[in-house]
Amino acid sequence: MKILVCISHVPDTTSKIKFSDNALDTNGMSFVIGPYDDYALARAVELKESHKATVTAINVGKSDTEPTIRKALAIGADDAIRVDAEPIDAFFVATQIAEIAKSENYDLILMGREASDYNGGQVHGMVAEMLDMQAIVPCMTLDIDGNTATMTREIEGGKEIITCDLPFVAGCQEPIAEWKIPNMRGIMMARKKPLKVVEAVQPEVLIETKSYELPPARSNCKMFTSDDMASLVRALKEEAKVI
Amino acid sequence: METIERNREALKGGEFLIRESEASDIFTPEEFSEEQRMMADSSRTFVDREVHPHADRMDALEEGFMESLLDKAGELGMLGVSVPEEYGGLGMNFNTSMLLADVIGAGGSFCTAFGAQTGIGTLPILYYGTEEQKQKYLPKLATGEYKASYCLTEPDAGSDANSGKTKAVLSADGKTYHITGQKMWITNAGFADIFIVFARIEDDKNLTAFIVEKGFGNITMNEEEKKMGIKGSSTRQVFFNETPVPVENMLAGRGEGFKIAVNILNIGRLKLGAGVIGGCKYVISQAAQYANERKQFGQSIGNFGAIKYKLAQMSARTYAIESACYRAGEDVDNKVKDLKAKGMEDAEAKLKGIEQFAIEAAILKVHGSEVLDYVVDEGVQIYGGMGFSADAPMERAYRDARISRIYEGTNEINRMLLVGMLLRRSIKGELDIFEHAKAVGEELMGVPSFETPDDSEFFAKEKAVLKNMKKAVLMTLGKAALTFKENINDEQEILMAIADMIIETYVAESTILRTEKLVGVRGEEACRGQIEMSRLYLNYAVEILATKGREAISSFATSDEMRVMLMGLKRFTKIDPINMRDTRREIANITLAKSEYAFDI
Repeated sequence: MKILVCISHVPDTTSKIKFSDNALDTNGMSFVIGPYDDYALARAVELKESHKATVTAINVGKSDTEPTIRKALAIGADDAIRVDAEPIDAFFVATQIAEIAKSENYDLILMGREASDYNGGQVHGMVAEMLDMQAIVPCMTLDIDGNTATMTREIEGGKEIITCDLPFVAGCQEPIAEWKIPNMRGIMMARKKPLKVVEAVQPEVLIETKSYELPPARSNCKMFTSDDMASLVRALKEEAKVI
Repeated sequence: METIERNREALKGGEFLIRESEASDIFTPEEFSEEQRMMADSSRTFVDREVHPHADRMDALEEGFMESLLDKAGELGMLGVSVPEEYGGLGMNFNTSMLLADVIGAGGSFCTAFGAQTGIGTLPILYYGTEEQKQKYLPKLATGEYKASYCLTEPDAGSDANSGKTKAVLSADGKTYHITGQKMWITNAGFADIFIVFARIEDDKNLTAFIVEKGFGNITMNEEEKKMGIKGSSTRQVFFNETPVPVENMLAGRGEGFKIAVNILNIGRLKLGAGVIGGCKYVISQAAQYANERKQFGQSIGNFGAIKYKLAQMSARTYAIESACYRAGEDVDNKVKDLKAKGMEDAEAKLKGIEQFAIEAAILKVHGSEVLDYVVDEGVQIYGGMGFSADAPMERAYRDARISRIYEGTNEINRMLLVGMLLRRSIKGELDIFEHAKAVGEELMGVPSFETPDDSEFFAKEKAVLKNMKKAVLMTLGKAALTFKENINDEQEILMAIADMIIETYVAESTILRTEKLVGVRGEEACRGQIEMSRLYLNYAVEILATKGREAISSFATSDEMRVMLMGLKRFTKIDPINMRDTRREIANITLAKSEYAFDI
């Protein structure tokens, strides 16, 4: 079984986001594997053990993403591909992944339900469409028996258990697996594993980013006592201007 | 590059006092490779995920919990970092093991269990074991299948470790030693499979070390000790009651035990120096976050100068010990490399490399443990009333820190030891301390130099201060040695004051050189905080030199000598004032903006 795991390279979730020159200011920022992608990778590595699968990690990014890719190798991916381009938008990224996947016949293409930078949540659907496969999102458990996968999805008010024949694309989230800590030997092996750099294809760019801005700072919470309705109404009317 | 390499090879322990080091001579933690950083990240994640959330279970000594943590650390390969690959480990260099000790240092009691397993439990076999002993024990120690402990201390043999009463008696057939004795303060005792035991054979002058398996039998234990801190670390008294140990389990030769104990302690001291860093950073991060969130008088307490003062001191002192630790760690690695290149076998080269830096090991142990104590103390203070509550993280950190000044040789023993070692090496001709001290004496009698440092050079003034600090040390140490000669060991107060002067000189120099190197790579603007911390630290260190120098000199010099020496001390501890308030505010503001220790590598 061949598994492709798509890895996004995102700011550490505790990072303070700042912009400079209408771009993310990455100064002093550390980057990690997208947390949802990390779940997908963890499940892929488990399947590697239980189903004798091979796991390839793929990332669309410039060379600064390689430490993040090597972390995926340290966690247990067998090899990795970096598509050498800035990940402009979801369509661009999906096109690159589909281009690679076309010729490689992966049985499973796993990724997070969304990346934690732009939280677009679109790449899985696009990749599936481009490859004419099913897309299952969010995929919360994943078991494979022969050519069929059984998965759990969270739906309004409950859970849905579905089956799907391989191959397919899944956007994963917890509790599909527990995040894996790269072990020391894995870290040492990572630099010896193949990391192939390929050129990007150039699809039409559909989205142009005009500018970035931070959400307005949250104003302080104002407390009113229960017997002071008049002040509350006045504040809603004159300060918050909502009534 | 060649010159640097040559310099590095030539470096000897303690030599920093008599030679000028350059930024290019020292290793800085910012130079760790991606691989080493990833190992540190994994260990940090392990502590965050497996240790911190379960600190209460750990400290309640929940049955099996600490073993399970060691097992998990073993699965991740953390226990075998220093063990060579042929014995199932990773064979990483010494400084990598320092980095792991640093990160795991944030893990409270786990850090002690980890240190006992990977340090004093494993290394005696690695460095002194026969091939058979290594094959038999190391792979299982590296995975955590075997848990280890180290049995040196006895009720009447603490700092005076070689006075232990535990006996090893050879059987009539010459095949078995029977060990009988009482050991105390034994870390990991409750679940250990392997005990490194020190005992005396007949009336030998020195102890002998043995590898004792729990399965050999006749081993009993007291209940867990009730301790002030590191409560989650298993600590028991262990009784050996004619425990039969096959002769092939003797480590190194008969009477070699004390040497093993001393050398393993050197490693422990270096690692303890590194081990405080993670704890300090954890406490600073918690304190910075609290200072931002806690509001009094209508604003965050972090806005107040009194709190900024603390955060700045905490950060600067942590940055300083970190600078010294990895400098020393790399010096050990370079020495090992050098000795191996000259044909020395791996284990022996590692031992000799570490022994060479025994002075620095004592420096790091003393300084590191005292920085940690300072940081946790101010951490409690920033938390105010909450700092005193067991529901907040500071209370545990405060209690856990206290042992560091006691174990691996008390700070008092280490202070005296490091001065003693310097003098011994000088007498043996390995270090030219006396010649240099004499030159300082002559300089004192001459006209003072009015040479001003070249301001165009970065940190030129600071480096001139460092040069003078060394002169202050050499003057005081040289004169004390001349005055007391072989009786100097009886002058503990003076030795301790001189030790403080030496410690601060090493740490301040490491800090200045690290920042200089960092500025060379990142530029001044990106290193504002580091530059301010280095200047702040240097000022602090010079103050200590002046105080301790005065204390030492006034304790032994005759009146005429005293006048000259005190004048010299004043000259050698001269430093241009900096605006301390603004410096501290800047450091604190950087820390508060990040809401964590802001100068991580």
